Amino acid sequence: MKSLRRIATAVAVAGLVALCATAAALGSRSSSVTISVASLIPGSTQAAIDQFNSQVAQFEKANPGITVKPVEYNWTGPTFAAKLAARTLPTVFEVPFTDARSLGDNGQLANLTPYAKALPYFSEFNPAVIAEGTDAKGQVVALPKGAYAQALHYNRQLFSEAGLNPNKPPTTWAQVRKDAKIITEKTGKAGYVEMAKDDNTAGWILTTVVYSLGGRMETGTGTSAKATLDNKYTIQALNMLKAMRWTDNSMGSNFSYSWGDINQAFAAGTVGMYVSGSDIYTNLVQAYNVNPAIYGIAPIPLAKNKTAGVLGGGTLAAVRPDASKAQIAAAVKWMSFFYEEPQISKTQAIRNAQTLVANKQPVGVPALPLFNKHLYDISQTWIKPYINVPIAQMKPFLTGIFSENLIPEPEASTQSVYHALDAVVEGVLTNKDTNVVQMLQQATSEAQQAISSGA
Amino acid sequence: MLDQLREPAFTKRGLSRTSRVPRRSPITWVRGGGLSTLLFLAPLLFVFGAFSWYPIVRTVVMSLQHTNLVQPATWVGFANFKAVWHDPLFPVAVKNTLYFAGLALVFGYPIPLIAAVLMSEVRKRRGIYSALAYLPVVIPPVVAVLLWKFFYDASSTGVFNTVLGWIHLGPYPWLQSQQWAMPSLVLESTWANAGATVIIYLAALTGVQTELYEAASVDGAGILRKVWHVTLPQLRGILLVTLILQIIGTAQVFLEPYLFTSGGPANATLTVLLLIYNYAFGNSLGGDYGKATALSLMLAVFLAIFSLIYLRATRSWSTR
Repeated sequence: MKSLRRIATAVAVAGLVALCATAAALGSRSSSVTISVASLIPGSTQAAIDQFNSQVAQFEKANPGITVKPVEYNWTGPTFAAKLAARTLPTVFEVPFTDARSLGDNGQLANLTPYAKALPYFSEFNPAVIAEGTDAKGQVVALPKGAYAQALHYNRQLFSEAGLNPNKPPTTWAQVRKDAKIITEKTGKAGYVEMAKDDNTAGWILTTVVYSLGGRMETGTGTSAKATLDNKYTIQALNMLKAMRWTDNSMGSNFSYSWGDINQAFAAGTVGMYVSGSDIYTNLVQAYNVNPAIYGIAPIPLAKNKTAGVLGGGTLAAVRPDASKAQIAAAVKWMSFFYEEPQISKTQAIRNAQTLVANKQPVGVPALPLFNKHLYDISQTWIKPYINVPIAQMKPFLTGIFSENLIPEPEASTQSVYHALDAVVEGVLTNKDTNVVQMLQQATSEAQQAISSGA
Repeated sequence: MLDQLREPAFTKRGLSRTSRVPRRSPITWVRGGGLSTLLFLAPLLFVFGAFSWYPIVRTVVMSLQHTNLVQPATWVGFANFKAVWHDPLFPVAVKNTLYFAGLALVFGYPIPLIAAVLMSEVRKRRGIYSALAYLPVVIPPVVAVLLWKFFYDASSTGVFNTVLGWIHLGPYPWLQSQQWAMPSLVLESTWANAGATVIIYLAALTGVQTELYEAASVDGAGILRKVWHVTLPQLRGILLVTLILQIIGTAQVFLEPYLFTSGGPANATLTVLLLIYNYAFGNSLGGDYGKATALSLMLAVFLAIFSLIYLRATRSWSTR
């Protein structure tokens, strides 16, 4: 009988121990969380990957309960839509300024409000920037990664070879045309090229040029906005493009550049000038190992009228709508560590710059402030010793950009408006006899249809 | 006469068998091997059900809904079909698809036949020619398109333009021109797909009775007359099948316009399948899956009706 009791006691003790062990295991499991995060674009250099992994290691050390899995990521309209529908996006991913609000309104992004508002610097965000990541209900659905102003990027080497002064880039569109023609004649390379692929990039660049001339692509907001694609400035921009393509023949022979292709062509030294975001130097280094000596950046030439301005945009970081509360909390911590703190915390800014420099990555790429100009200037002094980009060659851009009239992208159905314009740009570049006005009218009708349906 | 005799005999046999077989109970069904039949059938049913039938049913359901696949779907009746019908890009896509199909029919359909007839005439090293003809088929399509993109470089230093430059032609814009883009796609598509049809024709040609050629030779027929009067009539069944397969294939062309031009320049190569893709994935805010599935169904129904009419119209000719 005694032995039976002993056995029963032993079983009970063993059971209790097992129960405690299980509880402890469960407890430790519940306190740890794994998130996947957008890292670099596919094809990035090993140095860039090492740099990112160092950041992950630093974050995991500072946050022991969080495991971060980097996932290669490159935002393009079609792949993003497919991944969104298939629910294969990483926990933290990036979206352009144009999309975050609508995605939030559609319930396709997680609500970050309580975690975002708990960040000590939340109130310091530039109101215009944080508004891009706030949905119609006032919920914060994305935090800013970076903001850019469209800029004119030019190849200093080709400028020199063509007998042009690389320190004096063109300041008017007429000069752009003239310089492009000279570059082509003297070097045989394309003087000026544009993204002209049917992936919304052609429309994005055309809108940039139209803004710089004084035009707008729409008036009003939301589904009641009116598409104004066929305004006189768009016609002017397209006629200028037509002249460079068919009269001057200064645009080379490739008229289907996408965002990545055009960067690659520029880094390869086959392009004189092109328009893209001011922060493009990072991609030129990370993906295409551009020779820093050839790189030059200037503000977009602006027409002399009150409405002319520079198109500004940016990227936000968001979280999958099906993420758990623990994952959202961890994701916001990562977003704060990776995207925001390097711009507002001295320690983090210096640590970030040191990691970048150690891995031969660019520090000091021109960007617009996420917080305010004062904080931006302070942050630049923190990282000054580490700046390794050819800052002197960026002077034409940096001296003028902060005083320019910055205009956000078209608010209603932005990507659909760009998509409608894609075909017009392609038409001008691939058919000498394209009827610009007729094509613009059709594009306006398509854009209006998209705006009215909220697409 | 023989046919008339055969038919009643079959019917009689069938009747007598039915009258003799007793009604099956579940036990006799199991004993008769019904369960094992079902077991063998189960994987097939599962695979078809999960990967063919379920997606078809889901497509029909989604064509009547508005959904972004994240939030709950809402029923919209035939609104998606109406929206597709009134989309200004719909007639453009249909016209381009017909243009591609027409060009592919004119150039892509006779070339494999001519190649197969010529290869069947070759006495030595036929295997090498077959392998060479089939080689493009085994090259992954994406690789082939990237290769041809390189060939189609519109500058004067592009591969094709350099070769044509030797005979003082070009440079041609290839994919960078609204007029040249579609023929360029057809050229690559013919190169990429002809091999498979050549192999089918070569196999069919082995079935042509040699006595017929000998008889034609005795009658004084040359090579062209032999092909016209002996080879083609003997291959007509195969020719009709490959024709309908080509029409269905070209109506669903996607890979070439997607990888070469993304439907451009200025929608010059936008095909129906690419339009479906654009509906589903063209907008980064989430696709219009309702419109995409509606157009998919419209295409499927059109092809099914077309195939039925085609098979009915050519039935007598193919079995003559």
